[in-house]
Amino acid sequence: MTRQENPAAVELRGIDKHFGAVHANKNVSLRVERGTVHGIVGENGAGKSTLMSILYGFYQADAGTILVNGREVAIRSPAQAIAHGIGMVHQHFMLVENFTVLENIVLGAEGGAFLGPGLSAARRTLGRLKKEYGLAVPPDDLVSSLPVGLQQRVEILKALYRGAEVLILDEPTGVLTPKEADHLFAVLRKLKDQGKTILFITHKLREIMAVTDDVSVMRKGSLIGTLETHRTTPERLAELMVGRSVDLKIPKRRGRPGAPLLEVRRLSYVDAAGVERLKDISFDVCEGEIVGIAGVSGNGQTELLEVLSGMRAPASGEIFLHGKPLATLSDPRTMRHSAVAHVPEDRQRLGLVMPFVACENTILGYHDSPAYGAHGLIDRYAIRKDAFAKMRAYDVRPCEPLLRAAHFSGGNQQKLVLAREIEHDPDLLIVGQPTRGVDIGAIEFIHRRLVELRDQGKAILLISVELDEIRSLSDRILVMFSGAIVGECAPSAPEAEIGLLMAGVARGRAA
Amino acid sequence: MSARSELPWWANLVLIPALNLAAAFAVSAVILLAIGENPFQAAGIILRGAFFYGEGIGYTLFYATNFIFTGLAFAIAFHAGLFNIGAEGQAYVAGLGVALVCLTLGILPAPLVILLSVVAAAVFGAAWAFIPAYLQAKRGSHVVITTIMFNFIAAALIVYLLVNHLSPPGSMQPETRTFVENARLPFLHAVAAALGLSLPHSPLNLSFLWALICCAFFYLLIWRTKLGFELRTLGANPQAAVYAGMSPARLIIIAMLLSGAFAGFMALNEIMGSQHRMILDYTSGYGFVGIAVALMGRAHPIGIFLAAILFGALYQGGAELAFERPNITRDMVVLIQGLVIMMAGGLEHVFRPQLDRLMAWRRFGALPAG
Repeated sequence: MTRQENPAAVELRGIDKHFGAVHANKNVSLRVERGTVHGIVGENGAGKSTLMSILYGFYQADAGTILVNGREVAIRSPAQAIAHGIGMVHQHFMLVENFTVLENIVLGAEGGAFLGPGLSAARRTLGRLKKEYGLAVPPDDLVSSLPVGLQQRVEILKALYRGAEVLILDEPTGVLTPKEADHLFAVLRKLKDQGKTILFITHKLREIMAVTDDVSVMRKGSLIGTLETHRTTPERLAELMVGRSVDLKIPKRRGRPGAPLLEVRRLSYVDAAGVERLKDISFDVCEGEIVGIAGVSGNGQTELLEVLSGMRAPASGEIFLHGKPLATLSDPRTMRHSAVAHVPEDRQRLGLVMPFVACENTILGYHDSPAYGAHGLIDRYAIRKDAFAKMRAYDVRPCEPLLRAAHFSGGNQQKLVLAREIEHDPDLLIVGQPTRGVDIGAIEFIHRRLVELRDQGKAILLISVELDEIRSLSDRILVMFSGAIVGECAPSAPEAEIGLLMAGVARGRAA
Repeated sequence: MSARSELPWWANLVLIPALNLAAAFAVSAVILLAIGENPFQAAGIILRGAFFYGEGIGYTLFYATNFIFTGLAFAIAFHAGLFNIGAEGQAYVAGLGVALVCLTLGILPAPLVILLSVVAAAVFGAAWAFIPAYLQAKRGSHVVITTIMFNFIAAALIVYLLVNHLSPPGSMQPETRTFVENARLPFLHAVAAALGLSLPHSPLNLSFLWALICCAFFYLLIWRTKLGFELRTLGANPQAAVYAGMSPARLIIIAMLLSGAFAGFMALNEIMGSQHRMILDYTSGYGFVGIAVALMGRAHPIGIFLAAILFGALYQGGAELAFERPNITRDMVVLIQGLVIMMAGGLEHVFRPQLDRLMAWRRFGALPAG
């Protein structure tokens, strides 16, 4: 191969990194050729982000060297990384929302005490970048007024403006519609054609197949191997990621929906800032049915979840359970007592108390139950026994009720929450992002469990930003856009059709 | 991925406080050397004064009783995520409550007076905490601000009452008359004498036993009841508390009331147990030092007890030091106490990163080369 003769754009040799007891990177060596899109896949906690943070100067490796263009360099801060032509686009954007695009681009590279010259230089550069890469952005608009896809483009421009030759993208598609993701891929291809090098971190195998030239797989801190993308398959990559063969498809019979269990009528919600986040929402969920809510993150799904679970008070509307209207609408306790369980989107923020041990977490919200102790006391033996049984049934590892929640991996934390909510035998389960940040093995388990629950005749409302997940689990799909339900699809509907609804361009059949 | 690892429990509970304490003493030693004193000799005097003779031990435990109450007061609010720095004012107002009971109902049988005084201390202390608690729970006014302001209001209120209403007619002293014999908490040496034992004389009184009972109650409440579970949930993750259907407003008020009640018990020790009258500024900073006691004791009753003994010893031994070495003034002793508070409270985490690294080495041995 002629490739090997030129120095690699970036080469990592023997990178090793510990965080206390965690060995995050184990002797990782990685070679990224100039002018390629190089994917890095791995389960949560496999060490992808740590590796990239070392390359970008957030952390220093305990051992190992970094070579840029064949020269060994020391990168101790992001500023030094930028000086070596390495730029990073973070999963959560690092933008000042109430600054204009132009102001954000010069941020930290103003080039003098006065803003004027820097801004006009940036404007000229922006014009050039637009011509070269087709990266158009309105320079004088406030960042907060831009859609997420454009905000991400601003992040990319920021890196290019600082002379980035190597661009690291950390889970860039998590916040994008399928259409926006396609745009991003087109931009990446153009950047590649102009000789830039791109490191693309993701856990979505489909994207790896779509956009990368090479792909490196990480597992438990080690780099398992680097493959040429066109010579591999998603199944093979998944196997490498997990270390065993995985079934990406869940076996699922046709659902047999019964009577409507949850009926939502004309529900509206206005947030503290006076913005209407839910607009006139009506839908049903029947017994023995999984209804999926698809949509790009931030279109009202979180609010819907939290209104239905009683955490936020709706501005108007009615909720019926088993055909009977709910009297109090904003009390999580009432909802739990009405056999509505809630697996929150963000388990660390809501679903768990991280410094508490597992058995304290498995009673959270149900701690009033006399099964956990009478007369206001806590029966420590009972809650431990109960937690042990639940953890056993949900294969939570390690099965130690006295271990703090913070010490479990993402997937096991999620299983703890699911075990708690499902084992209290709800009629309706409201689930938000059941597999966010969860490894493939646990995803398989969680999906199977949800389908089993449906087959027992329970009603499930599933909210997820993973369209694949929604399509493979749901019996019906509702699409949310800008706080309203804009359409209903069958799970078999083509992805493009759902994608258009998610982008708010098309209106589907009325729900 | 978090860059900060967790230390084993024994390092957290024993090693870190010990290191902080050692650092505080090291700095104190340097200062003592600078004024021409021998730090080892000074340490010897403090230790001897605090622990090596009966009366000294009595005083150490007497001071420690105050610290246990104010330490528990801070700790219980701390478990619920609240910074109650108003123990000073709450204890001060509780002193008023205890004094009122002892002055007006002193003729009742002694056990009844004691019972009523305990109730009055709790109620008055809790009442003074209630207003900041309500404002925090319902209006979001931060308790740090309101409780510290309430310390000043309490100070002004008590001065007014002592000067204008509670001092005996014809007296120019801003203090109440002395309580009748019946309305005094028995000294422990008196109780011991009644049982045929001989203990050295000191102001140590029955409230020390009450402080130990409060430690046990604190433990049971926080770790063995559902209310304690809810308080800890609120403190560790307020959003999870809402998710779990708990009422943060209710829990904030309960935590603050309990906190005020614990602080109020300090009045039993000082006013009913030792001074036998309500005097100006009787709290003299115990409420604030209680914060350091609670933090150093990791908000656990056993830790609080040990930290309270430490501070009690510093108070007692420090007083002896100032007495024996004319070169070392009372201010010097306050400085040493201040250094301990600073290292144990404010700079608690100073040694954590080094310790973290040490632990990592211990666990993994030397790092692999290259």
